[in-house]
Amino acid sequence: MALLEVDQLRVEFLTRNGTLTAVDDVSLKIEEGEVLGVVGESGAGKSMTGNAIIGLLEPPGRIAGGEIRLDGQRIDNLPYEKMRKIRGAEIGAIFQDPLTSLNPLYSVGQQLVETIRTHSDVGLAAARSRALELLNEVGIPAASQRIDHFPHQFSGGMRQRVVIALALSANPRLIIADEPTTALDVSIQAQIIALLKRLCRDHGTAVMLVTHDMGVIAETADRVAVMYAGRIAEIGPVADVIKHAKHPYTDGLMGSIPVVGQQTERLAQIEGAMPRLTAIPDGCAFNPRCPKAFDKCRQTRPDPIASGAGEVACWLIEQEAHHG
Amino acid sequence: MWLIRACASIQARHMGMADMKSPAPAPSTLQRMRDSDIWYSFKQSPITIAAAVVTVTFFLCALLAPWLAPHDPFDLVSMDIMDSFLAPAWSIDGDPRFLLGTDDQGRDVLSAIMHGSRVSLFIGFASVLLALLLGVGLGLWSGFVGGRLDAFIMRVAEIQLSFPTILIALLVNGVLRGALQIEQQVHLAYVVLILSIGISGWVQYARTVRGSTMVERNKEYVQAARVIGIHPWLIMLRHILPNVTGPVLVIATIHLAVAIISEATLSFLGVGVPPTEPSLGTLIRIGNDFLFSGEWWITIFPGAALAILVLAVNLLGDWLRDALNPKLR
Amino acid sequence: MVAFIIRRLLQSLIVMFVVALVAFTLFQFVGDPINQLVGVETGLKEREELRQRLGLNDPWIVQFWRFALNAVQGDFGISYQHKRPVTDLIVNRMPATLELSLISALFSLFVGVPMGVYTGLNRNGFLSKIFMTVSLVGISLPTFLIGILLIFVFSVQLGVLPSFGRGEAVLVGSWSTGLLTSSGIKALILPAITLGLFQLTLIMRLVRSEMLEVLRTDYIKFARARGLSNSAVHFGHALKNTLVPVITITGLQLGSIIAFAIITETVFQWPGMGLMFLQAIQNVDIPIMAAYLILIAFFFVVINLIVDILYYVVDPRLRIDPSAAHGHG
Repeated sequence: MALLEVDQLRVEFLTRNGTLTAVDDVSLKIEEGEVLGVVGESGAGKSMTGNAIIGLLEPPGRIAGGEIRLDGQRIDNLPYEKMRKIRGAEIGAIFQDPLTSLNPLYSVGQQLVETIRTHSDVGLAAARSRALELLNEVGIPAASQRIDHFPHQFSGGMRQRVVIALALSANPRLIIADEPTTALDVSIQAQIIALLKRLCRDHGTAVMLVTHDMGVIAETADRVAVMYAGRIAEIGPVADVIKHAKHPYTDGLMGSIPVVGQQTERLAQIEGAMPRLTAIPDGCAFNPRCPKAFDKCRQTRPDPIASGAGEVACWLIEQEAHHG
Repeated sequence: MWLIRACASIQARHMGMADMKSPAPAPSTLQRMRDSDIWYSFKQSPITIAAAVVTVTFFLCALLAPWLAPHDPFDLVSMDIMDSFLAPAWSIDGDPRFLLGTDDQGRDVLSAIMHGSRVSLFIGFASVLLALLLGVGLGLWSGFVGGRLDAFIMRVAEIQLSFPTILIALLVNGVLRGALQIEQQVHLAYVVLILSIGISGWVQYARTVRGSTMVERNKEYVQAARVIGIHPWLIMLRHILPNVTGPVLVIATIHLAVAIISEATLSFLGVGVPPTEPSLGTLIRIGNDFLFSGEWWITIFPGAALAILVLAVNLLGDWLRDALNPKLR
Repeated sequence: MVAFIIRRLLQSLIVMFVVALVAFTLFQFVGDPINQLVGVETGLKEREELRQRLGLNDPWIVQFWRFALNAVQGDFGISYQHKRPVTDLIVNRMPATLELSLISALFSLFVGVPMGVYTGLNRNGFLSKIFMTVSLVGISLPTFLIGILLIFVFSVQLGVLPSFGRGEAVLVGSWSTGLLTSSGIKALILPAITLGLFQLTLIMRLVRSEMLEVLRTDYIKFARARGLSNSAVHFGHALKNTLVPVITITGLQLGSIIAFAIITETVFQWPGMGLMFLQAIQNVDIPIMAAYLILIAFFFVVINLIVDILYYVVDPRLRIDPSAAHGHG
């Protein structure tokens, strides 16, 4: 049994213009200790999926269907208090902007101690030494002095390290990292990703890494899910997806990554833009931009079909299966 | 948001772009209003609709008081001292001629309220207009010119803002009255009141307008207009002003409520409208003397009228603020 | 921090200077003080002598210097109306006003903050909606009307609480307090509620909107994601972050409470400074007006200073440390 199973998850927003479906029939699994990358453009439903898993969808968003299971136990319908005990302890989270993720009025030590003591019954002194340990682990220099500093006294990269320490403080088995490096300088991004990767390997923590950066995924993830307009277009082992993308959208995404040492006139790009949630076309959501679209794509929406080690939601795969 | 769209269209008209051909006929203003967010949020809120109805009713009553009021509270001939202190019509001592009873001089309370609202609303609107012109003008100037002038105006605004408006109004009132002769005081009571309330209220407009002006003045289209030599005041009027219409409208609505309260308070304190032509505040002041002897209606009804009017205007202001600022929803 | 406080003190001095200038100009603006001091029958020669003796023939800068110097020493001259030193009159009246203001402020704070927190957390709760509606009514009712209504209900109808005066006051040193006698406390209830109600609604609405704002922030979401308990998130993280604006407004409100006391004191005939100030305005008694203005400004300045210091206590971002010091201008 996988650590986390998301089964046909549907997230809807009730607006006065009707119901918008932000996440549509998304199914994915994360094994113990595995890193699953989730990529897609902004608005593809990546963050929504992450928020739904930790039970922090903001109204008017709500889970309208499907199940989320941790160790086979449903967690999407738990009462607030029960889910709260899972958050932090079983499933940790890291958000995009380290500058705003920390409460400005408390020292980092206070915030760490508070989190540690919420999830385990330890005294103040023990919690503080654990906090110090964590700060050392995430590579904060002179941690024993920095522990009493306030967030505004840290740089962005250092703050994200603190955030990672906070997310790891109760030894969760899964971390949802929602664009953890987007707000950081490029030079810092690699450090943070490397740190996250190392820590999770050491602790055996599984990670759901939400990002729009294919490079990060290629470097970090074991498997990758590509999302488009609220659905999963393709999911599979990272090497397969990158080298042999089966979905035309993934193919397009890969084409837009510059390759070192290769001379190209200009990078390939996908024509058009992802449809807004209010105007998702019939059939496959990608069909208006797809170079290989045919009639069926414009009429019927494809469901993910097993292909190789992964799954692809594309009629081309079915066609190949018939002809090949 | 129709307001912004309306602003955009005003801008377009000014720049002579309204004649540009568009593929489909543009929807009429009425149609645009019906489709707009603001109209939608208006329809969605029964309280707002009620507030609007109440406000409009008050405006109409005030405007048409000389024709609508059952009696003329200023016509000493028609008043009869025998009719004084009559209770509201529905009580045992009531008289059907006077729905809300009469005061010490036999004046019909309902008619007095209608005429009083007229005075209160007039002074309220005039003060808001004065504060608006003063504030928007100074704000535009301050934000556009910047530098020392800006620092000076904003410092004055800051000092004034740290005192409650009613205190400023009282002070301006005291000074103006001190500078006038006793006969003039009665004569110019309205002017004194409007000046006191208007001067005490300009700061908020100025601060808001200044903020937007500073943002807009550095935008490229304003720079471009400057480069081609359009007069600064023209730039401000055509390009910057439309951007602040929404916030200024919100401030003005809420300020109207404040101005009405200020007027009533000053009149209640005895430094406002003279009893010969009473506003709601004056009526409450007069009636207050009879509260203990049991003639409660002389003061409670004008008080209720004042409270309802201010509440309705406040509700409208609240709604307008939320509707124009979707972030708050 | 010391540098900051010194800078603030300097700013306060400038504000006081400006206010003193305004107060002084009042004298210049308003008629001839000699007319106020002497009777009609006083001859021209005597007038001129008095003028010379009071230094009214000196250049205005000299007069202002004298005025400021006297003011610093607590000498504001003789009241036109009472013919007594203004300082004596004020010292006499101050305890009543300060006691009333302090009790109202505490009332509004200790009721307003919990109500604000509650309505912020239970945004759509039934009780929240009632609180919000009541608060809107509270904002729409002018202070004097609230006073009149309270008098009508509790003094006239029920007859349980006194409607005017301060009850029995006892002297503690040179401070006359009404807080130690039962009649004094009874007399305080209605005025304190009247004065505090507006501030209460303001504080409640402020706390509510700040709570709503803070609850949307990333660090609250992250605090939830860390699995912290609701009470830790709400009170430890959210409420503490709302404190800075709440302290500001409450501080400023404390100042306006003292100023708003003018109205409450008039309604309840409370023997404080406000009532005296109002009578001074009615009679154009400039020395009292000037003294009151300067005194109120002084209170504001002191309160602002305390508020600034409190910021430091609450918000670590403002505490100057070597690594962040360059960020402060």
